[in-house]
Amino acid sequence: MFRLSSYRDFDWVLLGFVGLLSVISVLEIKSATLHTKFHGFETKQIEFLAAGLVLMFLISMIDYHRLIDIVPWAYGISILSLLAVKLVGQKVLGARRWINLGGGVHFQPSEWVKLVLIVAVARYFWNLGGRELSWTDIGKAFALVCIPMAMVLAQPDMGTSLTYFPVLLCGLFLGGIRFKQAAILLLIFTVLIGGAWKSGKLLKPYQKARLTSFIDPDADPKGKGYQIRQSLIAVGSGGIWGKGANKGTQTQGDFLPIPYTDFIFAAFCEEHGFVGALGVLLLYFLILMRLIQNAQTAADLPGTFIIMGIVAVITFQIAVNIGMVVGLMPVTGIPLPLMSYGGSSILFTFLALGIVMNIRMRRFVN
Amino acid sequence: MELTPQTELALRKAEKLPTAKLHAAQYVIALVLVILAAGLWRLEVVSADNFRALAEANRIRKVPVLAPRGRLFDREGRLLVDNYPSVSCFLLREQVKDLNSDLPLISAGLHITPEQILATLKRFQMAPKYQPIPLKQDITPDEQAFIEAHRNELPELETLDEQRRLYPRDGFAAHLIGYVGEISEDDLNKSKYAFYQPGDVVGKSGVEATYDSLLRGVDGSRDVIVNSHGKEIGRLGQTLAQPGKDLKLTIDLDVQMAAERAMEGKTGAVIALDPHTGEILALVSRPTFDPNQFAVRLSKTYWNEIVNNPDHPLLNKATQAQLAPGSTFKIIMSYAGLQENAAQDMHVMCSGGASFYGHFFACDKRHGMVDVEHAIPWSCDTFYYTLANKLGIDTIAKYATDLGFSQRTGVDLPDEVTGTMPSTAWKMKNFHEKWYAGEVISVGIGQGAVAVTPIQLARAIGGVASGGALKRPHLVFPDEVPPDELEAIHESFPGSGDKTVPLATANWQLITDAMAATTTSGTAAPAHMEGIDFAGKTGTAQVVSHSAGMTSLGVGKERANAWFVGMAPRRNPDIAVAVLWEHGGWGAGSAPVAAQIINAFVTKQRKRENNIRIAEKPPASTPAPPGQPTAQATSAPAAPKSTEVSN
Repeated sequence: MFRLSSYRDFDWVLLGFVGLLSVISVLEIKSATLHTKFHGFETKQIEFLAAGLVLMFLISMIDYHRLIDIVPWAYGISILSLLAVKLVGQKVLGARRWINLGGGVHFQPSEWVKLVLIVAVARYFWNLGGRELSWTDIGKAFALVCIPMAMVLAQPDMGTSLTYFPVLLCGLFLGGIRFKQAAILLLIFTVLIGGAWKSGKLLKPYQKARLTSFIDPDADPKGKGYQIRQSLIAVGSGGIWGKGANKGTQTQGDFLPIPYTDFIFAAFCEEHGFVGALGVLLLYFLILMRLIQNAQTAADLPGTFIIMGIVAVITFQIAVNIGMVVGLMPVTGIPLPLMSYGGSSILFTFLALGIVMNIRMRRFVN
Repeated sequence: MELTPQTELALRKAEKLPTAKLHAAQYVIALVLVILAAGLWRLEVVSADNFRALAEANRIRKVPVLAPRGRLFDREGRLLVDNYPSVSCFLLREQVKDLNSDLPLISAGLHITPEQILATLKRFQMAPKYQPIPLKQDITPDEQAFIEAHRNELPELETLDEQRRLYPRDGFAAHLIGYVGEISEDDLNKSKYAFYQPGDVVGKSGVEATYDSLLRGVDGSRDVIVNSHGKEIGRLGQTLAQPGKDLKLTIDLDVQMAAERAMEGKTGAVIALDPHTGEILALVSRPTFDPNQFAVRLSKTYWNEIVNNPDHPLLNKATQAQLAPGSTFKIIMSYAGLQENAAQDMHVMCSGGASFYGHFFACDKRHGMVDVEHAIPWSCDTFYYTLANKLGIDTIAKYATDLGFSQRTGVDLPDEVTGTMPSTAWKMKNFHEKWYAGEVISVGIGQGAVAVTPIQLARAIGGVASGGALKRPHLVFPDEVPPDELEAIHESFPGSGDKTVPLATANWQLITDAMAATTTSGTAAPAHMEGIDFAGKTGTAQVVSHSAGMTSLGVGKERANAWFVGMAPRRNPDIAVAVLWEHGGWGAGSAPVAAQIINAFVTKQRKRENNIRIAEKPPASTPAPPGQPTAQATSAPAAPKSTEVSN
């Protein structure tokens, strides 16, 4: 049925762009942790990247249709693991997000749940067979995504839970939601979110404060606005050419908060300027375009759906993270894919890329 | 690879999405990235300069480098006041996150109460936020270690190396040197301190206050790179501090030492000056205080001790005590009487007093027939009652004012007082009353409303002994001070200054000879010094007003003040000394104080003259033993002093 998949069909161009970005990431993590107790995180990042690459090759060998077949099981396990986090998870900084697997290995289920959701949504819309979406179909899609989303939000991890949402949006868009339906949904959402904000039940006060502080960071420069203010100073003071590698005063002087994870792009902007930042944006653009091209050439609908789900998540994370760094978006704690330090984020990205490779290798339908 | 039937069924459909939707996704992504790029452009290109300035403000902290204050030397270059290195702790309010929670830790580590910290904060609440607040000065090594160890918990604490004043011990010369302290809020509002900042250390009294602008120098600053915890991680440029100017005082340490020793255990003041120039050789006021206690934060107990002392240790009695001069005023009376040609031929029969205007005014002895030559050494009151009555108050006031009474002398010390010289106009102005002729009698012996300061007395009587040439007393050599500064100081310390009053040669000789007789056969005879031409005048001034002259000394706080003004030699003296011993009893008691000081001065003067003589002798006159180099002969006896002369 399928031509034998071969690594000649692997997307080496895409992997090249990804590799380039990973090198930039490692160098910036090194710079951002130079004078801190996190010194040496760049080697850990290299280890994560290596593990990611191995996982990528492994998952590319399993036919993605297998993944689609087992996704109901995976979805069930996801829900259970999120429940487990709630029950036995480790409390770090007031939130339960991690499960300690022993031996110093911590596992953050919410990242891989994202991957499961992408496949699950693809399977769901594929099963609908391209028919016009009824309100029931839309309602089921919502339930599919919003149940795990609510569980992650309750950890509380607003950032990660938000990244589930573009999966749903992408599914609805590609699945054929009609304009009228979309408009009605938008209206309902506006009302609901407005109401939730007012009632204060859905979000904790610190989350609300974080969301609003980006509008006027100078209102409380020492408190809620501190992070965003320091980030803006870091980015702005980089100028056109930047201050040079390892020479960012905001980064090296520890003014910029967590410059190796959520604010790594601010650190990069400070040290490499507008030109460097444009280069990174260009790399992201090329990667995303390459992904969409793969979605286009996918053998079937679920392949396209999966890749587009990945595109949606990555685009969303880029928009929210860089938007936060430049003061256009609130601080939500979403890492920048392929740049931020962190095993879970890297493993997600490389697993996702592995699935993309998988789909690409099987793109020729006979 | 086995596929489930369901998947197979689905695969058969094998439909593809319309590419339009994927294109739409591409456009959305491109739009998102363009918006982000625009955001970056806005920050990194449009407002880059603004953010660069903010980044610099973040990491660069200006640390003041305090200028070391100028040191003080005596007239021979011997060190009086030095500086020593010390560390102070400052609070950086910009670094404070939650002071209330930090208070207990700061309080325990620096050994100051939370109330004190809050009070300090309150004092500085109007100051700009970036300005560091001095929390504790001169901290111990332990406290310094505490701050270093708590950099992360207490980033708001900062240390600063400073130079602190080291004053002589036991209040030696404390009143003339003065002390420094943190500038007060009241001072900050004065025009003199227009360019000072809260927290600045300024001279509060004495030479420290008068010459503050010279002594303080100009503070520099150092730009250091700090991280977000305020820890210094690098250095940029610095502006060096310009040290304050060292000042050479006119004080002679040896004379000052003699004066300090002579006043040991007494209350009062001594001033010794060179009437030729007005240079103050020694100035002592008792009781004294320890200026070192003021240089660092003053302890409450020490402050209470000073403030509650009835003898006012902080008062410089040489310039700030205004008291009846008693019989020392008779020199002024004699000067007035002789210049008016009224005293020359006056002969008064002293039978232990005399009656004027229906009142009896007593004299302490029955002096018999007294003329002016004997009235001075014997200090005969009857003579001066009569002379005063003859001259009238306004004539006396005119001569006394000429000699600088009822005005400041213009000495370069803060808060000098004027004293009082009564006259008809003075009484009308102050009491809206006519002058009664009878009031002049007690003025004749330096009682009544007459009030003088020791410095006025030393300058006036030294001036009379110098043939009428009066000089502005001063503590710093005028050539030590830039001309414009000197002018400013003269303007801010107004007084009668340098002046010459008419004094006929015969009168001058008569008065000075009579003063010399005081210490040989007169009231100060016990203070006579063989081989020193020592002249003077005693004064016993009643503290409680008696209707008539001296009949009893009184006891305790009512005991009379003992005055003595002495000089050497009698004419054109090189030193004039005024001694005020409060509640010391007879003026004769103060004469030995002056004698000791003058003795120290003259002995030193003679030694120096002797050394000069030796140095000026040709080396051949002290032949060196054969075979020995001649260098030994020239260097041995004249070593330190000869260099001084050759300059």
